[in-house]
This record gives sequence, C-alpha cells and structure tokens, in this order.
Amino acid sequence: MINKNFFFKGYRSIFTHDSPAIALTCCFIAIGALFKNLGFNIKESIFSTVLTYALPGSLVMAESMLIGASLLNIFLAVWFVNARLYPMAVSLFPLMMHKSQPKWKYYFSCHFIAISAWLIMKSNYKKIPKEHRIDYWIGIGCATVSVSVIGTFIGFSFSEYLNKDMMMGLAILNPVYFLCMMVGASKNIPVTLSVLLGLILGPIIYLISPEWSILLAGVIGGTIAYLIGEYNVS
Amino acid sequence: MSASIVYAILVTSLATFLSRFLGALTSEGIKETSKLFKWFNCLAYATLAALIARTIIFPAGILVEVSYSSRFIVVVLSLAVFFVSNKNFVYPTIFSAICMAIINNYI
Repeated sequence: MINKNFFFKGYRSIFTHDSPAIALTCCFIAIGALFKNLGFNIKESIFSTVLTYALPGSLVMAESMLIGASLLNIFLAVWFVNARLYPMAVSLFPLMMHKSQPKWKYYFSCHFIAISAWLIMKSNYKKIPKEHRIDYWIGIGCATVSVSVIGTFIGFSFSEYLNKDMMMGLAILNPVYFLCMMVGASKNIPVTLSVLLGLILGPIIYLISPEWSILLAGVIGGTIAYLIGEYNVS
Repeated sequence: MSASIVYAILVTSLATFLSRFLGALTSEGIKETSKLFKWFNCLAYATLAALIARTIIFPAGILVEVSYSSRFIVVVLSLAVFFVSNKNFVYPTIFSAICMAIINNYI
C-alpha cells in the first residue's frame, strides 16, 4: 500500500517556510466566499473543492453558472481552461513511475495535479528515492487538498465579513505566489525561457484569441524554449 | 444538495479529471530522459506562465476592478520583495495583499 514515512514526508511539505499553504488557503477563502454568493451550501462548496481542486476551473464553473450556461457548455469551458493539466501530468508522472508500484496509485493521484503541488514535487523529487516518489506525491496532494478544504470552509463561513479590499488582496495573492514559484524554479535555460516566453506570449495571444491563448502560448513558448535548450546542449 | 449545483460540480470535476487522467495514462511510456519528456516539461512551464500572466493582465472576477497600473506596481514590488528576501515565497505573497489594499485605498 502507501509507505507512511514518505506519505507524511510529503504531507509535511505544506508546513515548510516556503510552503504554499498561506497562498492556497487565501485563494480558497475567496472561492468559498464566491460559492456562498452563488447559492451553494457548505456541503456543495467543500464537495466542489475536493472533486475539482483546480482554481481556474472552479472560477469558470462559477462564471458559467452565473450566466446560466448549460452543462455541456460548462464541461467544454472547464476542459479548455484546465487543458494545461495534461502537459503538467506528462511532465511529472515519468519522474514517479516505478515497476514496484501499482498503477492505481498513479491513476488515483493524478487528481492532485495543480500548480502548487506540481511545483513542490518538481523542486523536491530528486531528494526522494524513485520507488517512493508516488507515496511522497500522494502526501503532498492530500496536504494541499486539506488546506484547500479549510480555506473553502473559512471563506464560506466568513463571507459576509470579507469586504471588497480584502477580496482584492486575496485575489492578487495567488498569481504573485505562483509567479515567485515559477521564477524560483527557473534554474536552467529551457525552463527559464519557457517561463519568460509564456509570460510574454500569454497576454499577447489573448488579444487575438482569448480561448486559445494559454494553450497556444504554452505550445509556442514551450517548443521554442525546448529547441533553444536542445541547440545549446548539442 | 440542489441537483443543478451537484450536476455542475460533477461536470466540472469530470472535465478537470479528464486532462489529468489522460496525462497520467500517456506518461506511462515516456522516459524522464527522453526528448518528449523534456518538451512536455517546457510546455508545462510555458503554459503555467501564460496562465499567470493572463490572470494578472486580463483577470476574471474582482481583480478587474483594479487598474492595470496598480496590478503592475503590486507585482513588481512583490517580485522585488521575493529577491530581497532571498527567494522566500511567503513574504512577497503576504506583501502583495497588503500592498494591494494600500494602493487601492490611498493612492
């Protein structure tokens, strides 16, 4: 089953000095308040956080529900926004694959793929033996989901005390935290270039095609960065 | 629980899980030293960076009500705090919220 030592080692990653716990909690406080304003009850809010566990997807769902979109429209809009999770999974799971581990662990734990957990795993995987990386990853995932649930609960319970300024403060926390994490992760040429090109191309392509901007910027920026990285190596 | 809300949550989680699951499924045959893996790594970082840039420059939700210049100042100052604090992630994060409140109310 799951190796407890590595699971808890992963779980404790949320308590480190540079942990995403504060940023994640604040983001989900905002989501919890948003859910309450949308008419969700506490069970539905927590159910949504646990099952979806992706901020942009939850925001799209909320916006779609506000304008009365159909279920098919919600599905397509969320799928589009969360398509980034596919390359994130492909660039993470090969680092954790090991013959001795059952496949269900991988299929189950892919649910934890989100920016915060992904970046924690990317910066720590080398310290963990490959055989136990999946247990460590499940620990990280359970910790980040727990924090998200706590944030949703706080946001839902105290939504009437959150004024506009506080909501704005909570909303800027998330991109600033992830931007710092991405800058911190830029330690080699391909990753640094990928981050820079993504930051530049994302908003530019948005002006031409808002729906496709993230995916196109990712594919174009990532491919250019990869090719330059390969050229540099050769 | 209201049925329409539950269906919306289920549809959202299904759409989200699909990308994750397909990613886990297709990564089975990919070695971490392969070129394909390196390419996907670059794609993932670039996609995330694009998402972050879009969230700051073309936000959805309450950040729309904050001017471009205010958002820009907050992000630049937070990045400065990040480098000054020896690349600590928590200080710039907390700073950004406080800075946003101050700029919004007093400047």
